[in-house]
Amino acid sequence: MFARRRFAVLKNLLEYAGLEPGRLHFSWISSAEAQKFQQTVTEVTEAVKALGPATRMIKDIRKVA
Amino acid sequence: MDNAAIAKGIREAAKKLLGEGKVDVVIGYAKGTVPMRDYPYFAYTPEEAENLTWSGFCCNNLALYAIRRPGRMAVVAQGCVSRNLVGLVNENQVKRENLYVIGVNSPGMVDRRKVQALFPGQTITEVEEVGDELIVKGVGFAEKVARKKVMRQNCYTCVQRNPVISDELIGGEGPASHGGNLDKVAAPWEKLGSSERWAEFQESFKDCIRCYACRDACPLCYCHVCFVDESQPQWCGKTQDEADVATFHLLRAFHCAGRCTDCGACESACPAGIKMRRLTMKIEKDIRDLYGYQPGMAIGAQPPMTLFKPNDPQDFIK
Ligand code: SF4
Ligand code: SF4
Repeated sequence: MFARRRFAVLKNLLEYAGLEPGRLHFSWISSAEAQKFQQTVTEVTEAVKALGPATRMIKDIRKVA
Repeated sequence: MDNAAIAKGIREAAKKLLGEGKVDVVIGYAKGTVPMRDYPYFAYTPEEAENLTWSGFCCNNLALYAIRRPGRMAVVAQGCVSRNLVGLVNENQVKRENLYVIGVNSPGMVDRRKVQALFPGQTITEVEEVGDELIVKGVGFAEKVARKKVMRQNCYTCVQRNPVISDELIGGEGPASHGGNLDKVAAPWEKLGSSERWAEFQESFKDCIRCYACRDACPLCYCHVCFVDESQPQWCGKTQDEADVATFHLLRAFHCAGRCTDCGACESACPAGIKMRRLTMKIEKDIRDLYGYQPGMAIGAQPPMTLFKPNDPQDFIK
Protein backbone atom coordinates (compact mmCIF):
# COMPACT_ATOMS: atom_id res chain seq x y z
CA MET A 1 0.00 0.00 0.00
CA PHE A 2 2.89 2.35 0.76
CA ALA A 3 4.67 0.88 -2.22
CA ARG A 4 1.70 1.73 -4.43
CA ARG A 5 2.30 5.44 -3.84
CA ARG A 6 6.03 5.15 -4.33
CA PHE A 7 5.69 3.15 -7.54
CA ALA A 8 3.10 5.58 -8.90
CA VAL A 9 5.55 8.44 -8.48
CA LEU A 10 8.56 6.43 -9.69
CA LYS A 11 6.83 5.19 -12.80
CA ASN A 12 5.70 8.69 -13.69
CA LEU A 13 9.21 10.02 -13.14
CA LEU A 14 10.95 7.36 -15.24
CA GLU A 15 8.53 7.76 -18.10
CA TYR A 16 8.74 11.52 -17.79
CA ALA A 17 12.52 11.27 -18.24
CA GLY A 18 12.07 9.16 -21.35
CA LEU A 19 12.00 5.51 -20.36
CA GLU A 20 9.75 3.87 -22.96
CA PRO A 21 6.22 3.13 -21.73
CA GLY A 22 5.92 -0.65 -21.65
CA ARG A 23 9.31 -1.42 -20.12
CA LEU A 24 8.15 -1.02 -16.57
CA HIS A 25 5.30 -3.19 -15.30
CA PHE A 26 3.51 -3.54 -12.01
CA SER A 27 1.13 -6.22 -10.90
CA TRP A 28 -0.50 -7.53 -7.70
CA ILE A 29 -0.01 -11.26 -7.54
CA SER A 30 -0.59 -13.39 -4.50
CA SER A 31 1.50 -16.51 -3.88
CA ALA A 32 -1.65 -18.52 -4.50
CA GLU A 33 -2.14 -17.12 -8.00
CA ALA A 34 0.18 -19.27 -10.06
CA GLN A 35 -1.85 -18.83 -13.19
CA LYS A 36 -1.91 -15.06 -12.93
CA PHE A 37 1.84 -15.10 -12.39
CA GLN A 38 2.43 -17.22 -15.47
CA GLN A 39 0.14 -15.04 -17.55
CA THR A 40 1.72 -11.79 -16.34
CA VAL A 41 5.24 -12.98 -17.05
CA THR A 42 4.22 -13.91 -20.57
CA GLU A 43 2.64 -10.53 -21.12
CA VAL A 44 5.63 -8.64 -19.77
CA THR A 45 8.02 -10.68 -21.90
CA GLU A 46 5.97 -10.02 -25.00
CA ALA A 47 5.67 -6.30 -24.31
CA VAL A 48 9.42 -5.95 -23.75
CA LYS A 49 10.27 -8.09 -26.78
CA ALA A 50 8.10 -5.87 -28.91
CA LEU A 51 10.07 -2.83 -27.77
CA GLY A 52 13.37 -4.48 -28.69
CA PRO A 53 16.71 -4.21 -26.89
CA ALA A 54 17.07 -1.30 -24.45
CA THR A 55 19.04 1.65 -25.75
CA ARG A 56 18.53 3.99 -22.81
CA MET A 57 20.11 3.73 -19.35
CA ILE A 58 22.75 1.42 -20.78
CA LYS A 59 26.27 1.67 -19.47
CA ASP A 60 29.01 0.80 -21.91
CA ILE A 61 31.89 -0.41 -19.78
CA ARG A 62 34.32 0.06 -22.67
CA LYS A 63 33.44 3.75 -22.79
CA VAL A 64 34.07 4.46 -19.12
CA ALA A 65 36.91 2.07 -18.29
CA MET B 1 11.01 47.46 4.40
CA ASP B 2 14.20 47.41 2.39
CA ASN B 3 17.00 44.89 2.76
CA ALA B 4 19.20 47.12 4.88
CA ALA B 5 16.41 47.66 7.40
CA ILE B 6 15.62 43.94 7.48
CA ALA B 7 19.31 43.11 7.95
CA LYS B 8 19.40 45.53 10.87
CA GLY B 9 16.29 43.90 12.34
CA ILE B 10 17.88 40.45 12.01
CA ARG B 11 21.08 41.65 13.72
CA GLU B 12 19.13 43.17 16.59
CA ALA B 13 16.99 40.09 17.07
CA ALA B 14 20.12 37.91 16.98
CA LYS B 15 22.01 40.05 19.48
CA LYS B 16 19.09 39.94 21.86
CA LEU B 17 18.66 36.17 21.59
CA LEU B 18 22.37 35.50 22.06
CA GLY B 19 22.79 38.14 24.75
CA GLU B 20 19.93 36.72 26.80
CA GLY B 21 21.21 33.20 26.27
CA LYS B 22 17.95 32.06 24.67
CA VAL B 23 19.82 30.30 21.86
CA ASP B 24 23.35 28.96 21.42
CA VAL B 25 23.67 30.02 17.82
CA VAL B 26 21.92 32.17 15.25
CA ILE B 27 22.14 30.73 11.76
CA GLY B 28 21.80 33.40 9.10
CA TYR B 29 23.57 34.84 6.09
CA ALA B 30 26.71 36.97 5.85
CA LYS B 31 28.01 39.02 2.98
CA GLY B 32 29.98 36.89 0.57
CA THR B 33 33.58 37.44 -0.40
CA VAL B 34 32.58 37.56 -4.05
CA PRO B 35 29.59 39.51 -5.40
CA MET B 36 26.12 37.88 -5.42
CA ARG B 37 27.10 35.01 -3.13
CA ASP B 38 26.01 35.64 0.41
CA TYR B 39 26.79 32.59 2.45
CA PRO B 40 25.51 30.76 5.54
CA TYR B 41 26.86 32.24 8.74
CA PHE B 42 26.82 30.98 12.33
CA ALA B 43 26.79 33.67 14.99
CA TYR B 44 27.66 32.33 18.44
CA THR B 45 28.15 35.69 20.20
CA PRO B 46 26.42 39.08 20.03
CA GLU B 47 29.60 40.45 18.40
CA GLU B 48 29.47 37.85 15.66
CA ALA B 49 25.82 38.73 15.10
CA GLU B 50 27.07 42.04 13.64
CA ASN B 51 28.11 40.10 10.52
CA LEU B 52 24.59 38.93 9.71
CA THR B 53 23.00 40.34 6.60
CA TRP B 54 19.96 40.04 4.35
CA SER B 55 19.81 40.46 0.58
CA GLY B 56 18.54 39.02 -2.66
CA PHE B 57 21.56 36.72 -2.78
CA CYS B 58 20.63 34.47 0.12
CA CYS B 59 20.33 31.35 -2.03
CA ASN B 60 21.37 28.66 0.45
CA ASN B 61 18.70 26.87 2.40
CA LEU B 62 19.57 27.30 6.08
CA ALA B 63 17.19 24.55 7.21
CA LEU B 64 20.05 22.23 6.26
CA TYR B 65 22.08 23.32 9.29
CA ALA B 66 19.27 22.72 11.76
CA ILE B 67 19.25 18.98 11.11
CA ARG B 68 19.98 17.01 14.30
CA ARG B 69 21.81 20.01 15.69
CA PRO B 70 22.18 19.81 19.47
CA GLY B 71 21.20 22.77 21.63
CA ARG B 72 18.94 25.72 20.95
CA MET B 73 19.24 27.60 17.71
CA ALA B 74 17.66 30.46 15.84
CA VAL B 75 17.36 30.25 12.07
CA VAL B 76 16.72 33.09 9.65
CA ALA B 77 13.95 31.77 7.41
CA GLN B 78 12.16 33.03 4.33
CA GLY B 79 9.19 31.09 2.94
CA CYS B 80 10.98 28.07 1.50
CA VAL B 81 13.43 27.71 4.38
CA SER B 82 10.54 27.75 6.85
CA ARG B 83 8.77 25.09 4.81
CA ASN B 84 11.84 22.88 4.98
CA LEU B 85 12.09 23.51 8.72
CA VAL B 86 8.47 22.38 9.07
CA GLY B 87 9.32 19.30 7.00
CA LEU B 88 12.26 18.53 9.27
CA VAL B 89 10.13 18.91 12.38
CA ASN B 90 7.56 16.55 10.85
CA GLU B 91 10.31 14.06 9.97
CA ASN B 92 11.68 14.22 13.53
CA GLN B 93 15.02 15.74 12.53
CA VAL B 94 14.48 19.02 14.35
CA LYS B 95 12.71 19.65 17.65
CA ARG B 96 10.34 22.58 17.39
CA GLU B 97 11.09 23.60 20.98
CA ASN B 98 14.80 23.92 20.20
CA LEU B 99 14.13 26.07 17.20
CA TYR B 100 13.54 29.80 17.12
CA VAL B 101 12.51 31.03 13.70
CA ILE B 102 13.47 34.55 12.67
CA GLY B 103 11.01 34.91 9.80
CA VAL B 104 11.50 37.17 6.78
CA ASN B 105 9.41 37.69 3.66
CA SER B 106 11.47 36.75 0.62
CA PRO B 107 11.90 39.34 -2.11
CA GLY B 108 12.66 36.54 -4.60
CA MET B 109 16.32 35.62 -4.82
CA VAL B 110 18.60 36.60 -7.69
CA ASP B 111 20.20 34.07 -10.02
CA ARG B 112 23.81 35.17 -10.28
CA ARG B 113 24.24 33.31 -13.57
CA LYS B 114 21.49 35.33 -15.19
CA VAL B 115 23.16 38.56 -14.08
CA GLN B 116 26.55 37.43 -15.33
CA ALA B 117 25.02 36.41 -18.65
CA LEU B 118 23.99 40.03 -19.22
CA PHE B 119 27.63 41.06 -18.99
CA PRO B 120 29.49 38.44 -21.01
CA GLY B 121 33.25 38.46 -20.50
CA GLN B 122 33.07 41.28 -17.96
CA THR B 123 34.00 41.01 -14.31
CA ILE B 124 31.31 42.12 -11.91
CA THR B 125 32.79 43.57 -8.75
CA GLU B 126 29.71 44.70 -6.89
CA VAL B 127 25.94 44.43 -7.11
CA GLU B 128 23.73 46.75 -5.15
CA GLU B 129 19.99 46.30 -4.65
CA VAL B 130 17.83 49.37 -4.84
CA GLY B 131 14.12 48.58 -4.69
CA ASP B 132 13.11 46.65 -7.80
CA GLU B 133 16.44 47.20 -9.47
CA LEU B 134 19.97 45.94 -9.21
CA ILE B 135 22.92 48.19 -9.92
CA VAL B 136 25.61 46.02 -11.40
CA LYS B 137 29.08 47.46 -11.18
CA GLY B 138 32.36 46.40 -12.70
CA VAL B 139 35.53 47.98 -13.94
CA GLY B 140 34.39 50.91 -16.05
CA PHE B 141 30.65 50.26 -15.94
CA ALA B 142 27.62 50.57 -13.67
CA GLU B 143 24.28 49.51 -15.09
CA LYS B 144 20.74 49.05 -13.84
CA VAL B 145 19.01 45.69 -14.25
CA ALA B 146 15.37 44.99 -13.39
CA ARG B 147 15.26 42.48 -10.58
CA LYS B 148 12.35 40.53 -12.02
CA LYS B 149 14.43 39.71 -15.10
CA VAL B 150 17.17 37.97 -13.16
CA MET B 151 15.34 36.11 -10.41
CA ARG B 152 15.88 32.41 -9.83
CA GLN B 153 13.41 30.30 -11.81
CA ASN B 154 11.81 28.82 -8.68
CA CYS B 155 11.19 32.26 -7.18
CA TYR B 156 8.81 33.18 -10.02
CA THR B 157 6.45 30.37 -9.15
CA CYS B 158 6.89 30.24 -5.38
CA VAL B 159 3.57 30.32 -3.54
CA GLN B 160 4.88 30.87 -0.04
CA ARG B 161 7.24 33.80 0.27
CA ASN B 162 6.17 34.46 3.84
CA PRO B 163 7.44 32.08 6.49
CA VAL B 164 4.98 29.33 7.46
CA ILE B 165 6.20 29.42 11.06
CA SER B 166 7.99 32.23 12.82
CA ASP B 167 8.68 33.19 16.40
CA GLU B 168 9.49 36.68 15.30
CA LEU B 169 8.78 38.29 11.95
CA ILE B 170 11.24 40.90 10.74
CA GLY B 171 9.80 43.50 8.38
CA GLY B 172 6.25 42.13 8.44
CA GLU B 173 4.50 39.97 5.85
CA GLY B 174 4.86 40.76 2.17
CA PRO B 175 3.34 39.42 -1.04
CA ALA B 176 2.80 35.65 -0.85
CA SER B 177 3.89 34.99 -4.42
CA HIS B 178 5.35 36.56 -7.52
CA GLY B 179 2.32 35.48 -9.50
CA GLY B 180 3.90 32.80 -11.72
CA ASN B 181 1.84 29.72 -12.53
CA LEU B 182 3.55 26.63 -11.13
CA ASP B 183 1.47 24.14 -13.10
CA LYS B 184 2.44 25.75 -16.38
CA VAL B 185 6.16 25.29 -15.88
CA ALA B 186 6.34 22.24 -13.62
CA ALA B 187 6.50 19.48 -16.20
CA PRO B 188 7.38 20.86 -19.65
CA TRP B 189 8.40 17.46 -21.09
CA GLU B 190 4.93 16.01 -20.60
CA LYS B 191 3.91 17.14 -24.05
CA LEU B 192 6.90 15.44 -25.71
CA GLY B 193 7.19 11.91 -27.02
CA SER B 194 9.30 9.37 -25.20
CA SER B 195 12.44 9.73 -27.37
CA GLU B 196 12.38 13.51 -27.15
CA ARG B 197 11.98 13.30 -23.40
CA TRP B 198 15.03 11.09 -23.19
CA ALA B 199 16.99 13.50 -25.41
CA GLU B 200 15.98 16.47 -23.23
CA PHE B 201 16.88 14.56 -20.09
CA GLN B 202 20.33 13.63 -21.42
CA GLU B 203 20.96 17.15 -22.69
CA SER B 204 19.95 18.69 -19.35
CA PHE B 205 22.31 16.57 -17.29
CA LYS B 206 25.23 15.94 -19.64
CA ASP B 207 27.54 18.46 -17.91
CA CYS B 208 27.11 16.98 -14.44
CA ILE B 209 30.50 16.31 -12.84
CA ARG B 210 29.03 14.27 -9.95
CA CYS B 211 30.33 16.62 -7.29
CA TYR B 212 27.13 16.18 -5.23
CA ALA B 213 26.92 19.87 -4.32
CA CYS B 214 23.20 19.65 -5.16
CA ARG B 215 22.74 16.91 -2.62
CA ASP B 216 24.89 18.60 0.00
CA ALA B 217 22.97 21.87 -0.29
CA CYS B 218 19.57 20.19 0.06
CA PRO B 219 17.91 20.14 3.48
CA LEU B 220 16.17 16.86 2.64
CA CYS B 221 19.41 14.91 2.26
CA TYR B 222 20.26 13.96 5.80
CA CYS B 223 20.87 10.20 5.58
CA HIS B 224 24.01 9.17 7.44
CA VAL B 225 25.19 7.38 4.34
CA CYS B 226 23.77 8.51 1.01
CA PHE B 227 22.94 5.82 -1.55
CA VAL B 228 25.58 7.24 -3.90
CA ASP B 229 28.31 6.75 -1.30
CA GLU B 230 27.39 3.21 -0.41
CA SER B 231 29.68 0.55 -1.82
CA GLN B 232 28.07 -2.61 -0.49
CA PRO B 233 25.93 -2.84 -2.47
CA GLN B 234 26.90 -0.15 -4.91
CA TRP B 235 23.54 1.21 -6.00
CA CYS B 236 24.95 3.68 -8.44
CA GLY B 237 28.14 3.74 -10.52
CA LYS B 238 30.64 6.50 -9.91
CA THR B 239 31.46 7.47 -13.47
CA GLN B 240 30.18 10.26 -15.65
CA ASP B 241 28.68 7.74 -18.03
CA GLU B 242 25.15 8.77 -18.98
CA ALA B 243 23.61 5.77 -17.24
CA ASP B 244 25.34 6.58 -13.95
CA VAL B 245 24.49 10.28 -14.14
CA ALA B 246 20.89 9.43 -15.00
CA THR B 247 20.66 6.94 -12.12
CA PHE B 248 22.02 9.46 -9.64
CA HIS B 249 19.66 12.23 -10.69
CA LEU B 250 16.54 10.09 -10.98
CA LEU B 251 17.12 8.60 -7.56
CA ARG B 252 18.08 11.85 -5.90
CA ALA B 253 14.89 13.41 -7.22
CA PHE B 254 12.81 10.40 -6.19
CA HIS B 255 14.13 10.54 -2.63
CA CYS B 256 12.80 14.10 -2.45
CA ALA B 257 9.29 13.01 -3.43
CA GLY B 258 6.63 14.63 -1.27
CA ARG B 259 9.31 16.58 0.60
CA CYS B 260 10.86 18.99 -1.90
CA THR B 261 9.73 22.58 -1.41
CA ASP B 262 11.23 23.80 -4.68
CA CYS B 263 13.58 26.07 -2.71
CA GLY B 264 16.12 26.06 -5.53
CA ALA B 265 19.17 25.62 -3.28
CA CYS B 266 20.31 22.64 -5.36
CA GLU B 267 20.36 24.63 -8.61
CA SER B 268 22.04 27.58 -6.93
CA ALA B 269 24.78 25.32 -5.59
CA CYS B 270 25.63 23.54 -8.84
CA PRO B 271 28.96 24.59 -10.36
CA ALA B 272 27.90 23.25 -13.74
CA GLY B 273 24.60 25.11 -14.03
CA ILE B 274 22.49 21.95 -14.15
CA LYS B 275 18.74 22.44 -13.79
CA MET B 276 17.85 19.46 -11.60
CA ARG B 277 14.53 21.02 -10.62
CA ARG B 278 13.29 19.74 -13.98
CA LEU B 279 12.94 16.39 -12.22
CA THR B 280 11.96 17.46 -8.71
CA MET B 281 9.27 19.82 -10.02
CA LYS B 282 7.62 17.06 -11.99
CA ILE B 283 7.40 14.98 -8.82
CA GLU B 284 6.15 17.96 -6.83
CA LYS B 285 3.36 18.35 -9.37
CA ASP B 286 2.48 14.64 -9.30
CA ILE B 287 2.29 14.66 -5.52
CA ARG B 288 -0.09 17.60 -5.67
CA ASP B 289 -2.22 16.01 -8.38
CA LEU B 290 -2.28 12.48 -6.97
CA TYR B 291 -2.38 13.09 -3.23
CA GLY B 292 -3.26 16.76 -2.87
CA TYR B 293 -0.21 17.50 -0.78
CA GLN B 294 2.23 20.39 -0.64
CA PRO B 295 5.33 19.84 1.50
CA GLY B 296 6.14 21.93 4.53
CA MET B 297 2.91 23.84 4.86
CA ALA B 298 1.80 22.64 8.31
CA ILE B 299 3.40 21.27 11.45
CA GLY B 300 2.03 17.79 12.10
CA ALA B 301 1.24 17.00 8.45
CA GLN B 302 2.34 13.50 7.54
CA PRO B 303 4.59 13.13 4.49
CA PRO B 304 2.55 11.55 1.66
CA MET B 305 5.10 8.81 0.97
CA THR B 306 4.63 7.48 4.52
CA LEU B 307 0.88 7.20 4.13
CA PHE B 308 -1.66 5.43 1.96
CA LYS B 309 -5.35 5.56 1.32
CA PRO B 310 -7.34 2.53 0.18
CA ASN B 311 -8.50 4.42 -2.91
CA ASP B 312 -5.11 5.75 -4.04
CA PRO B 313 -4.83 5.75 -7.86
CA GLN B 314 -3.60 2.40 -9.18
CA ASP B 315 -4.50 2.20 -12.85
CA PHE B 316 -0.83 1.50 -13.64
CA ILE B 317 -0.99 -1.82 -11.76
CA LYS B 318 -2.26 -4.78 -13.73
S1 SF4 C 1 15.68 19.10 -4.04
FE1 SF4 C 1 16.47 21.19 -4.43
S2 SF4 C 1 14.59 22.45 -4.50
FE2 SF4 C 1 14.01 20.52 -3.49
S3 SF4 C 1 14.27 20.90 -1.28
FE3 SF4 C 1 16.21 20.01 -2.04
S4 SF4 C 1 17.53 21.79 -2.52
FE4 SF4 C 1 15.37 22.54 -2.35
S1 SF4 D 1 25.85 19.99 -8.14
FE1 SF4 D 1 25.65 19.93 -10.37
S2 SF4 D 1 27.56 18.97 -11.15
FE2 SF4 D 1 27.43 18.57 -8.93
S3 SF4 D 1 26.43 16.54 -8.82
FE3 SF4 D 1 24.77 18.08 -8.63
S4 SF4 D 1 24.06 18.38 -10.78
FE4 SF4 D 1 26.05 17.33 -10.88
